[in-house]
Parts: sequence; structure tokens; C-alpha cells
Amino acid sequence: MLAQGGCRWDENTGAINMPIYQTSTFSHPALGQSTGFDYSRSGNPTRSVLEDLVSRIEGGKRALAFSSGMAAIDCIMKLFGPGDTIVVTEDPYGGTCRLLDKVYRQVGIEVVYVDTSQLVEVEKVFERNVKAVLIESPTNPLQRIADIPAICRIAGEKGAFTIVDNTFLTPYFQRPIALGADVVVYSATKYISGHNDVLAGFLVARDQELGEKLYFYQNATGAVLGPWDSWLTLRGLKTLPLRMECQQKNAQEIAEWLVKHPRVTKVFYPGLPDHPGHNLLKSQSSGFGAIVSFEVDDPALVPKILSQVKVFLFAESLGGVESLITFPAVQTHADVNPDVREKLGINDRLLRISVGIEAVEDLVSDLASAFEK
Amino acid sequence: MNYSTKILHTGKDRDPYTGASSIPIYQVSTFAQDDPVEFGQYEYGRGTNPTREALEHTIAVLESGTNGYAFASGMAAISSVLLLFQCEDHVVVAEDVYGGTYRVLTTLFNRWGLKHTFVDMTDPGNIEGALLPETKAIFAETPSNPLLKITDLGAVAAIAREKGLLTIIDNTFMSPYLQRPIEHGFDIVIHSATKFLGGHSDLIAGLVVTKDEVLGRRVKSVQNSFGAILGPQDSWLLLRGIKTLSARMEAQQKSAENIANWFADLPAVKAVHYPTLASHPGREIHMKQSSGGGAVVSFELENGDVAKKVLRKVSLPLMAVSLGGVESILSYPATMSHAAMPHSERQARGITDGLVRLSVGLEDPADLCEDLKQAIEASL
Repeated sequence: MLAQGGCRWDENTGAINMPIYQTSTFSHPALGQSTGFDYSRSGNPTRSVLEDLVSRIEGGKRALAFSSGMAAIDCIMKLFGPGDTIVVTEDPYGGTCRLLDKVYRQVGIEVVYVDTSQLVEVEKVFERNVKAVLIESPTNPLQRIADIPAICRIAGEKGAFTIVDNTFLTPYFQRPIALGADVVVYSATKYISGHNDVLAGFLVARDQELGEKLYFYQNATGAVLGPWDSWLTLRGLKTLPLRMECQQKNAQEIAEWLVKHPRVTKVFYPGLPDHPGHNLLKSQSSGFGAIVSFEVDDPALVPKILSQVKVFLFAESLGGVESLITFPAVQTHADVNPDVREKLGINDRLLRISVGIEAVEDLVSDLASAFEK
Repeated sequence: MNYSTKILHTGKDRDPYTGASSIPIYQVSTFAQDDPVEFGQYEYGRGTNPTREALEHTIAVLESGTNGYAFASGMAAISSVLLLFQCEDHVVVAEDVYGGTYRVLTTLFNRWGLKHTFVDMTDPGNIEGALLPETKAIFAETPSNPLLKITDLGAVAAIAREKGLLTIIDNTFMSPYLQRPIEHGFDIVIHSATKFLGGHSDLIAGLVVTKDEVLGRRVKSVQNSFGAILGPQDSWLLLRGIKTLSARMEAQQKSAENIANWFADLPAVKAVHYPTLASHPGREIHMKQSSGGGAVVSFELENGDVAKKVLRKVSLPLMAVSLGGVESILSYPATMSHAAMPHSERQARGITDGLVRLSVGLEDPADLCEDLKQAIEASL
């Protein structure tokens, strides 16, 4: 399905690949008639082939492509209004915090952060009137795992939506809709496109009705993914299984190597058997992903490692074929309240790596020599 | 550095100005100069373009050569290399070269006086028999298309060294991930990068790598004067394709091996051509000079009618010319890649009407086998 994504679409020419419809508008056959495409914000053939493919691999009814992951999350928030309460994983991506705290709180939406890896906490918060819960699992960067089916059940009983940000695992490993979620969110900038060269986001809806509602907002607010980026994302998806398998295998080896390193005090990777969420993740996902976070024994070591790595690129983002290393406290999570950061453990000794598809020996020796220097 | 790491980090894999993790697409024709006499590094996009340059650097590193050059197609690359020669020069060419190479030699370069002799290079002794005083080069292709016949790279390079000839190879089927001819003594490596290097059946491109600077400057001179360069968009897309070369080749090759073995046991299949099959006559030589059999399998059915029926009945592989993409492609050499070759020539070279070529993609091999099985059974 993925390798042939977009194939056999163009019956006119037989082109193996989906054409890039770099067009803003479509001519109409006659008054009152449409080819199915009218204006590219409302629908574009390249984008719609991509959206259909993502919907199918996710097991949803409708997928929508956005110009970034944040644009996708922003679109879901349009479902809510003043007085509504949204429960959010307490350590989500910093950009999500920024959007919720600095934009949506201002318009009267109440945002409550809870540790979604603790079911009791989730149950407790649902004593209030909650409209939706937004889960990230594994969390970024600390890799805490939420019991997605259980949370979906709790939310469902209260008539609330469950939204899962599945960026870290992708549908190749974890399909939240099958676990009970109503909407799945992606920053497709990461693994879905996979080459550190596209910004994109997705929403996938469990049912047609919710899909229609979200489509209304996508079209109304217009943060759609352009044709060229849609096409590049489609191209990226063709190698998703290869990339995920290879990146995960490399991540597992690096995590095991880090555990044994004397300057490393903690390693956060759910593929490690002693990771607190290891078994839970195994029950709901076929893989552990390729993000490894670790804490070193001295904050002074952090800038040294960041400047010494040669194979790893010191850059924000994750999920591409090239390995990246990030300092969450000042990069991805700068917008999280410092007290919360400290409480969570996103401290000045924590580094996050996104493992790529390079030969794992080279990645390990790159880290090893960065530590030594 | 391990080869699969090198693929991603060749030294020109990020933008030196901004740190961008992807080389910018310099969609530009010309470059402003500071001085009317002393020009900067870039002058005009035909000569050099930063995006194309990153690609050219990448392929040079990956092929263990010194200089790389990107062209608008594999044929533009081959033709540009053939422009290194002059009237009355003679080239010894592998008899089962790609049909397009055959066409350009027999209908175009022959008109300008470039002479050629086709020989079966599976026996390098045949090369010596074809040498003329004006012979300047040997043009090889291994594994060959579509019969996957193997030529001994070291043996050919040794003959060339002794006689002072240039060695040129079309390495499209293997990609540098599996075979690096310069390491075996070859001078010039050519790719139709449309195939495994680009890997997604979505661009047309050719690449040339030379083993040293001197030869590189000669190719560069043709590239700049003749001008069949690769544009910035396609250069960038090709660079992006190369990033997953090792992952794709490994998966596609594994699948191809399975399928070749499965074909070998199928009574309806008269012959299977795949370099690492135990029955393949060139197996030993191939294993010596490359690290795998690649992802192209050819097989022979009873006759042309059966072959055409199978091609009409398959539903999973796309029926098309070309190869090397993530999508499996089934093609019919008689009317596609080798249509430019007269029927009698094709027959003489073993490209029968019953021959079908499969380029194995990333689909599940079990799905592919099942689809081919139903197509073959329904065609008998």
C-alpha cells in the first residue's frame, strides 16, 4: 500500500507517480458542475491522494493534511470554545503548550495538564466536565507511556474525545484509532515524511462525521499542505516501513550502549525492558520508536557533546533519516514553564537523540568520541 | 565510516550558510559577480550549480571516484562520455548493453565516425579479439540488461591497462551500494540515476564518475559545452532519493532473491536469470566484485504469447519500462528496453520473446509471488 502510494491514479497518462497539481484553481465544465475539485484550499488532487493514503494506513475514515503539525493541532482546537476543559499530557511538545497556554487559554478554554502515564490521575481529572483529552505517548522527550485504550474508555464514558499525537510511533507501529481514539494528530515533518525536508501535519478522524467537521475548519481557516509538500510526503511514505525498522533497530542498540556509559545517569527509551512503560507500550504498539533521551552526570558535558558530534546534526526536530541531537530544555521545550520542566525532569543534563538510518557503529562511535572530548 | 553512514554524510549533506539539514534548491540560472575579471565560484548554472554540485560530490564519494557529473538522463550521461572520443576512434562494447546505448552507437555516433564492435564480455578474451589499432575504450555493463550476464571487472581492467585503453562501465543495475567498479580498476562509471539511485520512479537523471581529476576535467568540459545537465529540482530530488539507497537496496535485493529462488522451482518458468542463484554461470565472479545480486530478476516463459498474457494478467507490479523504483515494475524487453534492437539481434543475444524482466520493489514479496503465480497459471 505504501510503496505504491499514488500509483495508478493518473489514468490519462499511466504515470507511475502522482502528478504534482501545482494549481490554485480548477476550471468548471459548466455552470453548476464541478470536476470534484474547485479551489486548492478546499481540495487538491495531490493532497487528496496523500490524505486518502494516510487515512487508510491509520485505519480512519478521513485524513486532512496541514502545513505543519501545529496547524493540525490548531485545527482540532477549533472544535472547542470558551468554558470547555481540555486535558493534556503534562509533558507534551513545547509548541503544543505554547499554543494552548498562550492562545487558547486567552479565549477561555481551560487547559489541565496531567500525567497521562498515571491512570488514577486521568480518572481524577475526569471528575470534572471534560470535553477532550489530548495524549502524547510516548511523551517528548521523557518517553512516558499512556494506556491509550484505558484513557479512551474513560473519556468515552464521559462523552469526551480522545486525541492522540502519534508523531513518535507513526501508524507503522501504533494505530490509536484501533485502540479507541477519535482523532490522531501528526507532525508529519517527522517520520511520516522522514527526510528532514518537509513541514507537514495531519489529522485523522475515526468517523466520517468528525472528519467532516474538521474538514470544515481546515477549509475555513486554510492551513492546508501545498501540492509540492504533499507530493514529497507521499514520496517519503513509500519508505516508511524501511526507515522505521532501521531507525528503531539503531535506537535500541544506542540505548543499550548509553545504559552502560559511566557518564550517563539515566536513559529514557521504552524498548529497554526496565523502562516503566515497556510492557504497556508492547501491548498497544508493535514497536518502540527511535527516540532516545538520556541524562548525563554534569551539565557542563552538554555543550561539549553538542559541539563535538560529527555524524549527529545538532538541530531541533526528529524522525528523519539523518540522526539529530537536541537539548530539550532550551530547544523543543523552551516554552514549557521552567518549574514544570524541572519537576518533569527536562533539566540541563538531558539530551534527546533522534536516531537515523546511518550505520549504528558510526553513531555509537560518534557519541563515544563526543563524550571523551 | 561505514558505507550506509557515508550515503547520508558525504561532506556536502547540509547547507554551510544556514545549517539547513537539506541542501537548498538553487533554482537559478546565473550568479551575480563582485568583479568583472575575478569571477566567484559560481558563474552560470550550466557550468556549476550548488545543488547539482552537492549531488555530483555525493556520487563521486559513493563511487570511490574523484569527480562526479550529473546529466539530464542516463542517455545524456552515456552520450556525453562517448563525446570524449573522435572520428575514427573505436570502442569495444558489451553485446548486451542497454538498448538505448545500442541505438546511440549504431544510429548516431556511427554517423560521426565512432566505430564500435559488440562482443560477449562474459569471456574477456573476446575483447582482445576485437581490438583494433584505433581502439580507445572498452564499454562494459555487468550484470547486463536483461540477461544479467556477468563480466569480470578486474580482468577487463587488466586488458585495458595493458593496451592503454579507457574503461567505462554502466553500473546502473548495482548502484555503488553493491558494486564500485573504480575500486576494480575502471576509469569511468555511468549511471542511469533514474533507477536505483533516484529510486522512486519519479525523475530522469544520469551520473558520471571518474577515477581521477584529469579525466574528470575532460568530462566536465563536455558537460559544460554540450550542456545536457541535470536541473536543480531533479538534482535535489535525486539527492533525497540517495538518502535511502542502502535501506531500499537491502530490502529490494532480499525480496528479489526470494522471488528468483521461487521462480527457479516453477515448472512454467524455463529459465531464471539472477546473479546469485547457484545455477548462474557468472555467480562466482559476481560475488567477487559486488556485495549482492541486486533487485532485477529476468525469467523466461514458454514463448511470446505466454509472456504477453502474464504481463496482461499481473495486477501488483506496474507494467512499464524502467526499473529500480520502490514500486515493482514488470517489463517486456522485446518491446520495451530492447525495442531499438532488431529482432534477429535480440534473438542472437538471447533476448527471446518469452523473456520478462522484473524489477523488485518494496511491496511484500509474498504478495508479489502470489500475484505472479496467478498470472502465470492463468496464462498457460
